[in-house]
Amino acid sequence: MVIYWLLGENPIIWYLSSIAFESTHMNAFDPAKRRNFLKKASLGSLAALLGTEIVFALPKNYLPVALENDPQTLFGKHKDLILRNNLPWNVESPAHLLDDNVTPDEKMFIRNNGLVPETIDVAAWTLTINGEGVRREKSYTLAELKSKFPRHTYHLVLECGGNGRSEFYPPAEGNQWEVGAVSCAEWTGVRLKDILDDVGIKSNAVYVGYHGADLHLSRDASKEAISRGIPIAKALEEETLLAYQMNGKDIPLVHGHPLRLIASGFPASVSGKWITALSVRDRVHDGEKMAPPSYSIPCDPVQPGTEVPKENMCIIEKMPVKSLITYPKSGAMIKDKTLLSIRGHAWTGETKVSKAEYSIDFGATWTPCRLQQAKNRYAWQDFEAKVSFPQKGYYEVWVKATDNTGESQPMLTPGWNPKGYLNNACHRIAIKVV
Amino acid sequence: MRKRLNTTYYLVIFALGIFMLVIIGYYVYDSSVQEKEGFIEADAPIPLEEIENRIENGVHVQTGLVDGEGLNLVIANCTACHSAQLVTQNKADKEGWKNMIVWMQQTQNLWDLGDQEEKILNYLAKYYAPEQAASATFRRPPLKDIEWYDLTEQ
Repeated sequence: MVIYWLLGENPIIWYLSSIAFESTHMNAFDPAKRRNFLKKASLGSLAALLGTEIVFALPKNYLPVALENDPQTLFGKHKDLILRNNLPWNVESPAHLLDDNVTPDEKMFIRNNGLVPETIDVAAWTLTINGEGVRREKSYTLAELKSKFPRHTYHLVLECGGNGRSEFYPPAEGNQWEVGAVSCAEWTGVRLKDILDDVGIKSNAVYVGYHGADLHLSRDASKEAISRGIPIAKALEEETLLAYQMNGKDIPLVHGHPLRLIASGFPASVSGKWITALSVRDRVHDGEKMAPPSYSIPCDPVQPGTEVPKENMCIIEKMPVKSLITYPKSGAMIKDKTLLSIRGHAWTGETKVSKAEYSIDFGATWTPCRLQQAKNRYAWQDFEAKVSFPQKGYYEVWVKATDNTGESQPMLTPGWNPKGYLNNACHRIAIKVV
Repeated sequence: MRKRLNTTYYLVIFALGIFMLVIIGYYVYDSSVQEKEGFIEADAPIPLEEIENRIENGVHVQTGLVDGEGLNLVIANCTACHSAQLVTQNKADKEGWKNMIVWMQQTQNLWDLGDQEEKILNYLAKYYAPEQAASATFRRPPLKDIEWYDLTEQ
C-alpha cells in the first residue's frame, strides 16, 4: 500500500488538492504523469491564490494529498467517523456509533503515530524477545506462537490517552479528540506472560518495550514511529495479550495485523501494532514516545497553563473510570410524557465499574442505571435506563460511572495537564421534550 | 543710474527667491522622504510578493490570522490598510463584521468588496466569532451544534 504525502489539515491545500484531483481524471491511466500533475497543480494553484511563489520542497516519493485516500476506502471505516488527521491516520467515532457491546472494525477509532507498513509477510513474520532482562534472545514465527501457547479471548477496552483532549483549556496540542477515541473489541491471542515464561526472564526485568513495523513519518528507517511499553507487572497480567485476531478474524491492517500487543487499562499507545520485537528491559523502556511530555502528566497537580519541567512529569499507568452514552444520539426530540431509553458503556482501568447513574438536572439528583457485569476485567460494561421528564423543555442527560475504588467521573473537565490526557468528565446528550 | 540700481535690485530679489525656493524645496522633499520611510516601516500594507505562506499550528505566521477558507482575501483586502491585529483582537458575528466593513467604506475609503465580501464575512464570522472567547473559558461550555431530530422508535 502506498501512503501518500499529505499536506496536513490546511483547508486551502485540501481545496486545491480537490481541484487537482478532479482535474487528474484525464491522466488517470498514467500514475507518473498524474503524480507530476498533482504536484504542479496543487503547488501552482496555492501560489496563485496567495499571489506569490512558494517554495515547497517535496521529498522524493512523496505526493500531495489525493482524495481517494479516505478511511472508508482505505480501511473500510464507517462514513460518519470523524477524521482528525490523515498523516498519520487519526480517526474517531461519534458517541452514537459506539452502541455495540463489541465494537466492530468499521466503527473503531484509529490512532497511528507513523505510517502503516506497506507490506506484511505473514509467513515470514517473527516475534523476537530480547533485552537486558532475558536469559537468551528468542524468536517465534506466527505459526509457532499460535501452536505453542494456549489461546485466550477477552473483550478489552482500548482508549487513547488523549481521548477528550479537545475540552482542555488552555488548549493542549495534539489530535483534538472529542469522546470517541475508545473501543471494546474481542481480542484473541496468546498471553504475554506465557511467552515470557518460555523465554525465561531474569530478576532485573522491570519493563517490556515493544517494537513495530510501522514507518516513521520521515520514512527514516533508523527511526521508530513509536516504541512504548509496560511495567513487568502489567506484562504478567492474564489479560495482557499478543493478539492475532480481532472480533474472530485476522486483525485489520490499520489496527496492527498480524500481531498486536494488547494491554488494556493503560493508554492505548502501549498496545503496540505490527509487533516484531519485545525488549525486556532492566529499566523503564526508553523508546520513542516514552519520554515526557508524551503520555505523561504532572506528578503533582498544576495550575492550568503551567509549563512543567520533564523531571516533574510521570508516565500514565492507568486509565480513569469513564462512561459514554451511545443511545440515543444527542439532539433527540421526544413527545411529552414518554419515557426515554438511554444506554451506553462504562469502563475503568481498575477492577470493575460498580455503579452508573444518570442526571437530568445537571447533577442535582442522580438515579441509578441498570449495569451489566463485565465479560472480563477491562471489558466495558453496558448500562441502560428509562428516563422520564417532569415537563416539556430542554434537558441534558448526564451519566456518571463509579468504579470499585469509589472513584467516579467529574462533571467538570478534570486536572489540566500539558498534553491534555485523561479527560474522563461525564458525557452528556441534549434532549428536547416537546 | 536709477535704472541700473533697479536692475541690481531685481537681480538680488530674484536670487533670494531662488535661494528660498531651494531651501523650502529641500525641506518639503526631506520631510516627504522621512514620512514615506516611516510609513513603510509602520503602516504600509504588506507587498503581495512578500506575503509568506507559512502556516504553523493553524495560524498564518506573518499576519497571525487563523488559517481557513477566505484567509487570502482577508490578507489582500484588510491588511492593505491596517494590520491584521485589528482583525485578530476583535470578535463579532457576521452582522457585526458587516457593520465594520460598511463603516470603513463610508469613512475610511475602503473599496467595494464585490462578491468577495460574502467570503470575507464568512471567514471573519467563523474564526473571529464572539462565542469563541467566552466558551473557551468554560470548564464545560454549553452543548453546541445540536442537530435536533424526532425520536419516536424506542
